[in-house]
Order: sequence, then structure tokens, then C-alpha cells
Amino acid sequence: MAILDHTLEALHEQLVNGELTSLQIMEAVYDRIEETEEQVGAFLALSKTEALAKAREIDEAGIDPHNILSGLPIGIKDNIVTKGITTTAASKMLEDFVPVYDATVVEKLNEIGMISVGKLNMDEFAMGGSTENSAFKVTRNPWNLSKVPGGSSGGSAAAVAAGQVPVSLGSDTGGSIREPAAFTGIVGMKPTYGRVSRFGLIAFGSSLDQIGPFSRTVKDNALVLNAISGYDQRDSTSYDGETPDFTKGIEKGVKGMRIGVPKEYFHEDAKEKGIVESVRAALKTYESLGAEIVEVSLPHSKYGIPAYYIIASSEASSNLQRFDGIRYGYRADNVNNLDELYVKSRSEGFGLEVKRRIMLGTFSLSAGFYDAHFKKAAQARTLIRQDFEKVFEDVDFLVAPTTTTTAFDIGGQIDDPLTMYMADILTVPVNLAGVPSVSIPCGFSEEMPVGMQLIGKHFDEKTLYRAAYAFEQATDFHKQKPAFKGGK
Amino acid sequence: MNLETIIGLEIHVELKTDSKMFSPSPAHFGAEPNTNTNVIDWGYPGVLPVVNERAIEFGMRAALALNCTINQDTKFDRKNYFYPDNPKAYQISQFDRPIGHDGWVDIEVNGETKRIRIERVHLEEDAGKNTHGTDGYSYVDLNRQGTPLIEIVSEADMRSPEEAYAYLEAIKQIIQFTGVSDVKMEEGSMRCDANISLRPFGQEAFGTKSELKNLNSFNFVRRGLAHEVERQEKVLVAGGELLQETRRYDESTGKTLLMRVKEGSSDYRYFPEPDLPRLVIEDKWVESVRQSLPEMPKARRARYVSELGIPEYDAEVLTASKEMSDFFDGVLSHDVDAKQASNWLMGEVSAYLNSEKLAIDETALTPKALAEMINLIADGTISSKIAKKVFRELIINGSDDVKALVEEKGWAQLSDPSKLLPIINYILDNNEQSIEDFKNGRDRAIGFLVGQIMKQTRGQANPGVVNQLLNEEIEKR
Amino acid sequence: MAINEETVKHVAKLAKLEFKEEEIHDFTEGMDKIIQLVEQLEDLDTTGVEGTYHGITHHSVLREDKAKLEVTREELFKNVKTQQDGYIKVPAIMDNGESGA
Repeated sequence: MAILDHTLEALHEQLVNGELTSLQIMEAVYDRIEETEEQVGAFLALSKTEALAKAREIDEAGIDPHNILSGLPIGIKDNIVTKGITTTAASKMLEDFVPVYDATVVEKLNEIGMISVGKLNMDEFAMGGSTENSAFKVTRNPWNLSKVPGGSSGGSAAAVAAGQVPVSLGSDTGGSIREPAAFTGIVGMKPTYGRVSRFGLIAFGSSLDQIGPFSRTVKDNALVLNAISGYDQRDSTSYDGETPDFTKGIEKGVKGMRIGVPKEYFHEDAKEKGIVESVRAALKTYESLGAEIVEVSLPHSKYGIPAYYIIASSEASSNLQRFDGIRYGYRADNVNNLDELYVKSRSEGFGLEVKRRIMLGTFSLSAGFYDAHFKKAAQARTLIRQDFEKVFEDVDFLVAPTTTTTAFDIGGQIDDPLTMYMADILTVPVNLAGVPSVSIPCGFSEEMPVGMQLIGKHFDEKTLYRAAYAFEQATDFHKQKPAFKGGK
Repeated sequence: MNLETIIGLEIHVELKTDSKMFSPSPAHFGAEPNTNTNVIDWGYPGVLPVVNERAIEFGMRAALALNCTINQDTKFDRKNYFYPDNPKAYQISQFDRPIGHDGWVDIEVNGETKRIRIERVHLEEDAGKNTHGTDGYSYVDLNRQGTPLIEIVSEADMRSPEEAYAYLEAIKQIIQFTGVSDVKMEEGSMRCDANISLRPFGQEAFGTKSELKNLNSFNFVRRGLAHEVERQEKVLVAGGELLQETRRYDESTGKTLLMRVKEGSSDYRYFPEPDLPRLVIEDKWVESVRQSLPEMPKARRARYVSELGIPEYDAEVLTASKEMSDFFDGVLSHDVDAKQASNWLMGEVSAYLNSEKLAIDETALTPKALAEMINLIADGTISSKIAKKVFRELIINGSDDVKALVEEKGWAQLSDPSKLLPIINYILDNNEQSIEDFKNGRDRAIGFLVGQIMKQTRGQANPGVVNQLLNEEIEKR
Repeated sequence: MAINEETVKHVAKLAKLEFKEEEIHDFTEGMDKIIQLVEQLEDLDTTGVEGTYHGITHHSVLREDKAKLEVTREELFKNVKTQQDGYIKVPAIMDNGESGA
């Protein structure tokens, strides 16, 4: 078995008993990247020198047997700021931006000795579902190189699916972890809003954004969430409650659990039947493992798309105003006055989709439209959240498909924003409600991976990991590997 | 046309906290440009605000002192606009749930008391500072960015520039008494914008208003408004129409100048700040702040006049600042004559503070020391002439025990007859002629004799006692 | 409600963005479609429903008032393109009615 086929736990064991060094692991990572990156295009920047130096340092100090992630590699989405390392959010606006501080999650990873491999490609400012909106490069789906890896955390997903890194961090505002996880056949967790500090995450939709891990296995995912969770004084929206060990009791199974199946999330007439079929089959598996399946209703989820696009875009329009060419980032040349500096820097620095969202958000907040748009969306959000709270009185978690299609062709939908927006229909209600959701591989449709999302109660990621682990142990979808075929 | 003036003021007050409203950077004056800043003040990508507890407390103090109701379920909102001194391009402020609302202050103009209503008091962060160069560039310093502010918005209840002036004074005084701000207009810790319009008497609808900016001192507020009354009047009397304008007071000419005509209202796209959870203020917090409020200037003035018999004008001066008023109350707590205490504070103390440009709490003088000194004058231990010396010592170097100080320095008056009589008799023995003169009714002689005695005692003899003893001794001869 | 080019231009002005004249037309059309989509919300009865504006339900998070400096001016200026004597240098400010707190 190649080094990078091991789980984090197995790698740790080998580090502790001296079969491997952190340096060997990091070298294997960069070898694998060299071998596959031309096809996949997951990374925007690699920090090989620093990473190898850190691995040597950790090897010399000796591996702490109680610190399971020490000396192990991780990739980081490029909207998470890293001190001294260019952080672009895949935007021309930040092409040369060097942060002067580390995001809280980065600090936490540094403290436990995880080693950052590099920064991962994404849709510009996390706006998109295919990573085609990156200002810098196209990332390809390792299962079929002519298809998108999903987005916005497409680089984070593709790097894990391609075996370049065992785990990575992404961010999810409306599905940006779960959709690419589904498209690339891996595990992606969007934690409860507030579970992970957002300090240092370049804001998109502030009341929706959440950082979370990608991995090939459920347990690896839980280990990374353990490392990045927790209250942060610098983020007033972070959760001040207990952070459990998400791996504890992960093997307890689903026997006796009640699984809710929201009927609105199963479009039997969808164009890709393979998805619903796979999820239905997965439900059978759960039944065979002793869980009870209950049909439930989330009637307001159909308003998720309009509510989400108004709220996320409105917040984004405000969050992205700071990019004005003055203190950092892209600055237009040859401007005659301040207003030109603003308008030209922003118009030249932002890509089309970002401008589209800024426009929608600005419109939704503007005088005369606020009540019908922003306020109405906030009210719809309340109803959506209440739907979830209500069904969770009766079930332990929900199961639904993550996406309505498997990964689509590169260039296939990019010119049609409306279709792109509608693709988020199954993921955005979760963000609006603030609940956690993990997407795990549950089958294939037309030779592409299918993802199923498990949706849990607020701050009950533990149940999701336990249920996801039970499914993973009963199936072998997670063991299948992409063949790197298709166009380039 | 008989026109009525309508004025409302928006007053910004910087709160005297240690750190900024939403970031831990120092909120202090006078540092090198951009040194009191951090990534939050700069609006670096990824940063988040965190609310300063003391700023909330100070906002509440001010709102309560202005008789506002506290919004105990409050929140912050974003006000969006682009400007180089506003790094995030939104200011975190309060839109529909200000910390305080529906307050009032009473003002006095021409001997009449009038109540001015306060619509709201809200919390927000200050902007940085732009300095406009002559080279086609502006220079941005973000030290001030994020300093906590309250904005106090009055109702349009003022009917003359004098009322506006009195209102501004009242606000300054009350806020100063709460201790939450220095409220110095010249330093920018208090700033004022005014809305002013005219309408025919009897008409209910407001006329077209203009907004006055750059009113950087109390007098500018009065003069700017007075000029604006004249200007608007001229236009209206001539049958003209006013535009909704923003005008700036020009201190060199005393006139207001057009900055821009407002086209509709600005679209700030306010919405709730998603990075800051709503703020629920418990009853007990409000109550503890209410309990901790000092007695306000108006109440103190009333007390000084009615209970202590201090003249109105003196009471006014003594309550001009909280420090002075607290000092006065401190002196009184040491069982001393109120009028004497008032006279000293209004006289010598004020003169010293003015000449040295100091506030009373910046000197070494303590209420206890001043009280002791006044009582030493009253019981004749020191003369009022020596008292000036004692006072200088107390205000410059201070003393814990004035009596001991006076003794140590040998400043006590000689009042003891057993010590004075030998001296008096010695002088009388050597000035027989003067005794004659005195007996012949030449009053000047007594002055000469007293002078001799004072000279002999190097000024320390108590003149009252000397006079009395001298008369007695002459009678005996 | 159909959105027109005038509205798009007005919103662009608020957002400090500019579009070429030929882009405006396409953009208006695209925006209009999206706005039609979001106007599905009109069907929803939200009478008496409080809006949700935050991702969390907890409240009243406060920080102790204690000043500290975390980063040097030199570091903060690393990404500034034009500066002078410790100031950030910007083109002359035309007063556009948006200054000040």
C-alpha cells in the first residue's frame, strides 16, 4: 500500500513506531502532486520548502503519541488566510495579497503540528459550484478529467480525491463542501454554524459560512474537525459550548436510530435517476443495520434557493466592499480621482460571477427593495429553520441526496447562472438553518460518484459521523479510486 | 413673512474606553499615524468585530443620564458607504434598535426652562481621518478608526441658535458628568451637525432643511446657525425656494457655504450585522449603571442654591465640570463653611487653573487640604495673607496635614496673648510719642504701632488680636 | 417586477462597479431572470414571522475593554501600494456626501 493510501490514524501509528517519518510522508505528498497536478490542477500555490522544513523539525522533536495529527499533511482552501503566504480567494483582486495574520483554524493546525501542503483552488470568493469561476485555473474532476470537481471548494475536494493529500479544509456557504465532496466521491462535512471559528475566513455570506474538512474516510474527517473546532474569542458567532471528541463512539452503529427522509429532497423524476436510486439503496443499507426510516417533510425548503441567493449575496455585497484598491489587493492604474480608483479597481479586479452577486445583493438591500427582498428572505429563513427543528423532534438525522446531478462537463453550465443556482437546491436549506451536514459517497451514476448528505441537529455532528461511519463500514464506495480518465 | 426657526442637532461623542469599539487596539489620542491599529481596524480580509463591554456600559450611562429608555434587546447594523477613512466600506452602527431612545434634557434660555426631547442615542464606531494634501492626494490615518462613539439625535425642538447653544452646553455638561467622554469640541471628542429650517409661524409642516457641518466649536454652532437663519430668510422672503443642502460653516467669514445639494436620501443599505449576535441587556446591568450615575449638574446646582445658599451664578460655575463640582462636594464633606469653600474655588483656585491651564484633578490640591486651610483661616491660625502662601504650597506640592505644614513652615499667626503682650509692651515702651498721639485722638498712631508689632513678629501676629491687646495696653498706661 | 437598465446602472453606482454599455443590456436580462427567481418568495406568507439574520441563536458576546497592539504598522502596510510617512495615500477625495460617521 502506498503511503498516501493510509488513513491518518494508520500514518500516525507508523510515525510513532518509526516505520515512517513525517518527511517521508511530505515527500510522498509532493511526489503525488507532481505526478497528478498537471491533470487535476487542484493547487494555486504549494509551500513545499516550508512544509519539508516543518516535517524535519517534527521528526527531530519526535512524534507525540497522543497527538494523532502531528506531522501529517493537509491542504487549505485559498479563502482561508495564511500569514506570509499569498491568499487569493482565487480572485485577481487578491492576486498579490499576503496576509499578515493566520486564520484561527490555521493557528490550531499549526499548534498540533499538521503541515500545510499549499493553497487550493476554488470559485472566486467561494461563489460558484464548479470551481470554473477561479480567476487562475481550471480544476478537474479526477474521476473524469473533462468534468468539474464541483465547487466552490473544488480544489480541496479534487486534491483529496486524487490522493494528493489525505485531508483538506474547505468552506461551505450554500453547499461548497458537500457538493464537491459528492462530485468527487469523498467525505465532506459542513459543521454546525458556529462550530468552527470563521476568523480568517475571507467572508462571503457571514451568517452562512462555515469551514469544514474533506477526507476519504469518515474517521479522518472527524479527526480534523476535532482539531479545528472550538470557541474563539475573535469570532462572536462561534459556539461557546462543549466540543466533543467526534471520533468517540463513532463505531456504535445506527441500530435503533430514526432516520428522516425529507420527501421534498427526492425528485424521482430527476434527470439523473441514478442519484435517487443510490440514496434509496443506501436507506435500505441503513435499515439492514437496524435503523428505522421515517418520511418527513421540510415544506419551506423550496424557498431555500431564493432566500439563500438574497441573503448570501446581500451579505457578500457588503463584505466585498472592502476591496477598494486602497489598503491591499488589486489597484487600477491611471485613475484620476478617488471614485475612479474604486470603480476601476473593483470592476477590473472582480470576475463576472462575483459582480453578479454583488449586484444582486446591493439591489436586495437598496432602498425600496429591502422589505420585499432581504427582509422577506430572512423571514423565509426562519420558517426553513423551524422546519428542521420540528422534524428533529422526531428523528435523529436526515438523509437526502447531496446534488441533483453528478459532476457535469467543464464549460457545460458556466454561462447559465440560473441552472447553476438551482443546482444548490438540496444544500442551501442546511446553511440557512445552520445545522450540520456531511456528504458521503453512496454509489455511482453514469460512472461518476454520487453523494448522500446526512443532516443533523445543531451541534450534533457526532451522530452524523457515527451514522456515516456505520454506512462506510457496510459498503466499499470509499475504497474506489478515480482512474484519471477523460479529456484533459 | 414671520418665520419660525426649527433646529435639531446630531451630536457625536467619543467614549473614553481603553480599547476600540470592535477591536482591541488602543483607543487613545496622539499616536503616530496608523500605529494604534490592527488588522480589524484595517478591514483586512477575514477579520471579525467583537463588542467592547465598557463601550456598551458607557453608552448606557450616557443614555440614562439623558433620560432615555434603554433598549434591552438591541443589536448592531451595517451602514454601507465607500470612503477611504471607512476601511470596510461599512460602519458598524445601530439602526432600528438604538441603545437608548425617547430621552430629554432641560435647557434654560432667557430665564425660561425648556425641555428638548432626544429621539435616540446609538452606539457606533468612529471613522479614521483623511488629511487633504495640496498635491492632489489625501492621506489616511486609521488611528481613530473604530473608536467607540455615541450619536445623540435630538428632536427638532429648538427654535433659535441660542437654544441650540444651550442644548449643546447641557449635553456636554451631562456627558462630562457621566465620565464617559472628555467632550472636547476642539479635540474632536464631541462633534456637532445641525439641521435647520424655517417655516411661517402657525404652519405645521417643516420647511426645507439644510444640514450644517464643520461646526467645530460652541461659537461656530451659534454663528453658523444664525447665519443660516439669515440666509434662508432672505431666500424665502424674496419668494424663492430652498433646496435641501449640506452646507459647511466657514470660520474665516462666519458664513455657511454650499457643499452639495442632496438628491433624495443617501442609500446606506442598512442591515443587521451578521458577525455580531444580538445584545440582550439584563435588568440588573441597567440598574447597576443607573445606580452608579452621579448626581447631574442641574440637581447639584439646585442643591447648592437651596441648601447651601450659594448664589445662582456661583453654583453655575461650580458645576461647569464634574471635577470642580466633585471637588466642591469633597471640600464640604470636611465640615467647612460652604461660602468660603465656594469663594476659594471661584477665586484663587480658578485663577491658578486658568493661568496654568490645568484641570483641578491635575493639581496636588485635595478637598481635605483646602478644607483644612479654610478652617485654619476661620479659627485664626493663619491670616488670609499667609493663606495665599499656604494655598500655593497646597496646589503645587500638596499636603496631608495642613496644620502640621503651617507649623513646620512657621506660618501660623501669633494669637497667644502671653506671647504677644511682651512684644506689645516692648513697642509701647519705645514709642511713647505714639501713645500720646493716640490719646490726643490721632488714629493714625495706632496703625503705626500695629505696623511696628507686625514688623517685630515678621508678619505673623494676628492683627485682630494685636489690635485688641494694643488698645487694652494703651488704656492701662 | 421587471428590472430595467436604469436600475442596473443605479445599483452599479452604489456598488462602485461599472459595466460597458453593451454589457449593461445582457446584465439587465440576467439580473431580471435571477430577480424573477427570488421573487418566488412573494408566494410565501410571512405575516408575523421574525426574520433570522444570524447563523446562531446565542447572544450578548462581549469583550473586556483591554487595549493591546498585535501587529506593527510596517506589517499592516505590506500590502499598501501607495503610502507616505506612515499614511495611506489615496487620490484626492472629492466630497461625495458620504464622509464621516
